[in-house]
Amino acid sequence: MTTPIVETKGIEVRFPLPTHFLSRDKPVLHALNTVDIAIQPGETFCVVGESGCGKTTLGRAIIGLQPPTAGEIYFNGQRIDQMDEATRKPIRRDMQMVFQNPYASLNPRRNVFETLAEPIRHLMPETPASEVRETVENVLAVTGCDPSWQRKLPHEFSGGQRQRIAIARALVTNPAFIVADEPISALDVSIQAQILNLMTDLQSKWGLTYLFITHDLSVVEHFGTRVAVMYLGRVMELAKTETLFDAPKHPYTQLLLDAIPKLEGGSFDTPREPGELPDPVNMPPGCPFAPRCAMAEARCRAERPELRPLSNGARVACHFAE
Amino acid sequence: MISLKGFIKRFLSDPVAIGAGVVLLILVLMAVLAPFLAPQNPYDLMQLDIMNSEMPPSWKPGGDDRFLLGTDAQGRGVLSTIMYGTGISLIIGIGAVIVQGILGVTLGLIAGYRGGWVDAFLMRLADIQMSLSTLMIAIIVLAIFSATFDANTYADYAIFMLILIIGVAEWPKFARTVRSSVLGERNKEYVDAARVIGLPPRKIMWKHILPNTLTPVLVISTIQVAEAIMTEAALSFLGLGMPVDRPSLGSLIRSGFEFIFSGSWWITFYPALVLVALILALNLLGDWLRDVFNPKLRRGDD
Amino acid sequence: MPLLEIRDLHVAFPKGKKTEVEALRGVNLTLEKGERLGVVGESGAGKSMLAFAILNLIADPGRVSQGSITFHGENLLDLSERDIRSIRGNRISMIFQDPMVTLNPVLSIGTQMIETLKAHRRISDKEARKLCIEKLREVAIPSAESRLEAYPHELSGGLRQRVVIAIALLTDPELIIADEPTTALDVTIQAEIMALILKLCREKDVALLLITHDLGVVAEVTQRLMIMYAGLCVETGQTRGIIDAPQHPYTYGLLKALPQKVGRGARLYQIPGSMPPITALPSGCAYHPRCDRATDVCRSQIPPLENGRACFHPLNVPEAT
Repeated sequence: MTTPIVETKGIEVRFPLPTHFLSRDKPVLHALNTVDIAIQPGETFCVVGESGCGKTTLGRAIIGLQPPTAGEIYFNGQRIDQMDEATRKPIRRDMQMVFQNPYASLNPRRNVFETLAEPIRHLMPETPASEVRETVENVLAVTGCDPSWQRKLPHEFSGGQRQRIAIARALVTNPAFIVADEPISALDVSIQAQILNLMTDLQSKWGLTYLFITHDLSVVEHFGTRVAVMYLGRVMELAKTETLFDAPKHPYTQLLLDAIPKLEGGSFDTPREPGELPDPVNMPPGCPFAPRCAMAEARCRAERPELRPLSNGARVACHFAE
Repeated sequence: MISLKGFIKRFLSDPVAIGAGVVLLILVLMAVLAPFLAPQNPYDLMQLDIMNSEMPPSWKPGGDDRFLLGTDAQGRGVLSTIMYGTGISLIIGIGAVIVQGILGVTLGLIAGYRGGWVDAFLMRLADIQMSLSTLMIAIIVLAIFSATFDANTYADYAIFMLILIIGVAEWPKFARTVRSSVLGERNKEYVDAARVIGLPPRKIMWKHILPNTLTPVLVISTIQVAEAIMTEAALSFLGLGMPVDRPSLGSLIRSGFEFIFSGSWWITFYPALVLVALILALNLLGDWLRDVFNPKLRRGDD
Repeated sequence: MPLLEIRDLHVAFPKGKKTEVEALRGVNLTLEKGERLGVVGESGAGKSMLAFAILNLIADPGRVSQGSITFHGENLLDLSERDIRSIRGNRISMIFQDPMVTLNPVLSIGTQMIETLKAHRRISDKEARKLCIEKLREVAIPSAESRLEAYPHELSGGLRQRVVIAIALLTDPELIIADEPTTALDVTIQAEIMALILKLCREKDVALLLITHDLGVVAEVTQRLMIMYAGLCVETGQTRGIIDAPQHPYTYGLLKALPQKVGRGARLYQIPGSMPPITALPSGCAYHPRCDRATDVCRSQIPPLENGRACFHPLNVPEAT
């Protein structure tokens, strides 16, 4: 196996919750709990899960927006989570991010050229102005943006156009790895396909590696190479996309797949009991999914299952999966 | 966001805004061009003649054509002193707001972006500052200042002292406005995008966040200029502001006040009229700006 | 007589001083008793405007400029605000995207439910309470009795939306209008809520007007379907029929663009461009600039809605028999 482009070893992110400054107990929110993933060059690694599962925190930890409380993060074999800014600077060129909300991710007071030129000017200050201009125009052309957009401000564009610009910004430093945090969920249905196709094209043309964070399993099935299903800060199942969709092993994965509304219809005909997330601040000792799980037994409530490999190549955190 | 074109369109379609704008423009031009337009130079003691004192406006019996709005107790033309006085009031108002703005924007930006104890400290400082009345601080400081230095030194530095005191006393208004905008902006994804490329916090604050918090700053600036002019006028009226030989609108009102009952109402009346017009125009423009920049009140036509 | 009938509905907003733009440009719709209809469109297509118009909730300065909305043979547009209120929240209930729009954060669930009930029925507190608990049980809220004392912020998003549904059911409405009821919720919760709405509509024979952007949800829940584009209905008919054989190129594109319709890793079908804003509609068919079947007639004339589609060059046209 080749060196993974990105690897996390036991990373944890804990947020102390605000309390009265005299209060004795210091409640802590565990947003990420010992997550180990390894992303291979050229693949699209998808992370799915519902709100509060830690998928966004994982992306933010890898890109450096959220320093992990514990654990290690590697990029091409180099540990990056404790690097000082000067050493990290050349690595930042290789790691970029596309955000969920194209209405918030572009600075409303800056025109498209300024927004796109900034990463080059900051990360490659030796680049001559003519080359900056050339790169910006190039990247705009590749992402399907008109060169005339350069002098315009974000509010002049539609959501889909803004997301193209945001993708262009992520590409200007010619990165190898892009974190895409729900890049299509704020867009209209007919625009989602445009952006997904653009990302597919860019991947084949530039050899990009994606960490694709989403709540939408149907997008994962279409787009992902491998997928990690997360629940309450932990990876529940990690498998190749085909394996996961053909034979989901974790009961939570099965629940997620079952919840997708299908064009064939019929899957909402039986009523479902309300499923509730346990309080992430005071987590029960056993499997986090046990309170919602139909298969749960006493063992699940007492002992937390670790991720373990199954015969079909998937890794699953469930006592009963096989 | 509103474009410059939309802004001008909105301005031209609002009679109140045009009215306030025209009044303000006339007053500012009058003040700036005072050395060229004013019939006399009230600072030039050579031009003054005590024999001309307390002349009524020119159209009244006993009026003189040289003094359109009459003269004050020292024989200065009221029109000329108003023109120069408006300038001094505006300098103090704008100067004080620049001081407020620099202090308030910087501290508000730091408080909002850094958060934590820095924020708590700066905001408590602001609370304390706001709980002391501006006028009270100004009266104490100016009283000490005028008691410590002789009249000539006081006259020379009064304008700077006024700017500084009103500026320092009112910074929390800017700091609070900027801080609350920063809190709204700093969690937006464009700030994260800047952090992803490793831009240092100082650059993110000044280059990314600050430009997005300036709209409310512009709105309160207009109203704060009016407020500062009012404060200065009040101080001058109490005898703690500008000295009589370099009068602001406030000192003019004060200097004429004692003559009202002897019938020379014009010495107080005309400066007061100009002061009211100036304050009203600034406040109306401030309100109008606030409405224009408030997206909730925006109509669908721009 | 249909339960709800909308004829040639136009909703206009002022633009500048003299002109108006239309958010709805002549929409027709009928809904029979107990029928479930889905209204699908992208943001700005006018689908929420339709719901607001039915409930007479269009915010100033917008107005219904033309058309009629008949509920049980009575034109809702002719009713006084007082009469409308006896229908809204009573015979027609609403479920919005954000439960917090419906729920008052400072009142307990019980207080809000009892108030709603008392506004429309003469009923004693004790009976009202009993009925509220019954409705909370119907929407499968665990420990319903104790939940009456709870405040909205103490419940999760899924439970909150269940409470909203319970409130909507309190007055035994004949029609429920649900505007994106699950868009703010997670997938598993969405499945729970939609399954619940479907079950309740079937059991109680309540008509449902489901407004959504999600074709999957519509396919699961509704019997009939209406596709909206730029303030007009472009295709309408049986849900199954449209999803299996869409006739309007826009519907075809929307369905083809879904990742679940194509194989793994293949390029998705994409509709070029984006929907025009109502302030800048093109001439003729509003969809023609994005349509690969457009011809001159599409550029000059607005296609009428005939045989369930508003298109001059439809696909999948059934053979004449």
